[in-house]
Amino acid sequence: MIPANAAANALRWPSAVDCGVRKLLVSFCGLLLAVNAVAAEPPRPQPKSGLSYAGADVRALQADDFGNPGMLWVARGEKLWNIPTGRSGKSCASCHREAPASMKGVAARYPRIDAGDKTLLNIEGRINQCRERHQEAGALAYESEELLALTAYAAHQSRHLPVQAEINEANRAHFERGRETYYRRQGQMNLACTHCHERNAGRKLLADTISEGHGNAYPVYRLEWQSAGSLHRRLRACYFGVRAEQPAAGSAELVDLELYLASRARGLPVETPGVRR
Amino acid sequence: MMLAAMAGYAVAAAPPLELYRIEGDAIHAPLVSTAGDPLRGRAVLSGRDANCLLCHAVAETGVRFMGDIAPPLSGVGARLSEGQLRLRIVDQSRLNPDTVMPSYYRINGLIRVAPAYRGKPVLNAQQIEDVIAYLKTLK
Ligand code: HEC
Ligand code: HEC
Repeated sequence: MIPANAAANALRWPSAVDCGVRKLLVSFCGLLLAVNAVAAEPPRPQPKSGLSYAGADVRALQADDFGNPGMLWVARGEKLWNIPTGRSGKSCASCHREAPASMKGVAARYPRIDAGDKTLLNIEGRINQCRERHQEAGALAYESEELLALTAYAAHQSRHLPVQAEINEANRAHFERGRETYYRRQGQMNLACTHCHERNAGRKLLADTISEGHGNAYPVYRLEWQSAGSLHRRLRACYFGVRAEQPAAGSAELVDLELYLASRARGLPVETPGVRR
Repeated sequence: MMLAAMAGYAVAAAPPLELYRIEGDAIHAPLVSTAGDPLRGRAVLSGRDANCLLCHAVAETGVRFMGDIAPPLSGVGARLSEGQLRLRIVDQSRLNPDTVMPSYYRINGLIRVAPAYRGKPVLNAQQIEDVIAYLKTLK
């Protein structure tokens, strides 16, 4: 064990201390590096879903599959799943069969790097890629009823499963870019995601209770929208709130941010379709 | 402007901002010569341009929903001088670089500002003087 005073000294050393000087110091430097690594990504407390910051009425609505308006999109998605589309004449079901089996767990792992062209895809991106490559149909517009419905249906199959975004060599650069966005002040209000969702979760911004800003319930039915909407729609609203330039829904910036958010949400259950105020 | 900078004054980066001078934790001189109007100031404070109530509660406004991210401003006119109020609204980040409060009279050092707001401070100089005049009444 390192004596307490030596440890205290070690912490006071500049991190650029010359590790080569004495053999004994090497392990100390290792310790310092470890401390630094932790400082870069401090351990976070267990994430809490936006649902736990919502009012009792919203929670009750989400819990009731007959009352939850988001289930309408899930039902539409189920219909679309089986309809042949595009020049291929194939439906989603032609390749993926029964969604409850084939889509189970998928949303919990997304966004993912596409094995083919190495781009990072969220569920919407994957659906559009299937349409173009396999169905020979055009991509669906972000936020269109069809894309929302298919996304909600696919993601719903992972409901209650824990988000388990994995950060690895292949997606690390995307993760880092997403993290940069999360901590970058922007817009005329000069605020970053962290200022609201990390430092002020649980507090009121006017009438809204700020949550930790997780994406585990999307697409959600938002009472304010009177509609289901995608995670990117919500993110664009946050950019708008700080009076920043809004990246397009489906843009690389927002998909990278979505991956970073998924890593923050690790362990939270997928809630799709969530209900929010 | 050069002279001002050399004398150690803080200068607003470019027009259209008025120059101002920070002494200690205050900006003593008003940004414009027309005196601030507390009634207009109250409207600015609770209005959509400034959105102060997003974060601060001000019981005296009688507004129903107000934020609690920031300290309530009731009594702030007794706690802080006019000059101290001015710096906190103009650019709180001078006092606390880590602050969550936006700088209301600043256009430099901001990134990715939406086109509609680019190159403009959140409030103009007169609006800031009006808000200060209102806050001074909160004693
Ligand atoms: C000025 C405050 C503010 C900033 C800055 C901000 N948000 Fe939000 N955000 C909100 C509010 C208010 C809501 C609605 C209440 C809630 O769900 O947290 C919200 C909602 C969300 C949600 C939906 C959570 C849910 O459970 O439905 C996500 C995700 C989110 N924000 C992510 C972000 C990200 C990522 C950024 C940065 C790009 C960001 N926010 C910046 C205020 C902010
Ligand atoms: C996004 C949040 C936010 C908004 C919007 C905001 N403030 Fe603040 N304000 C803060 C925070 C947080 C502090 C605490 C000091 C700090 O963080 O440096 C503060 C501090 C202050 C103080 C000093 C209070 C004291 O008791 O020392 C004044 C005065 C003030 N704000 C006025 C305003 C006015 C006027 C507006 C609108 C024109 C406004 N604020 C808008 C977050 C905000």
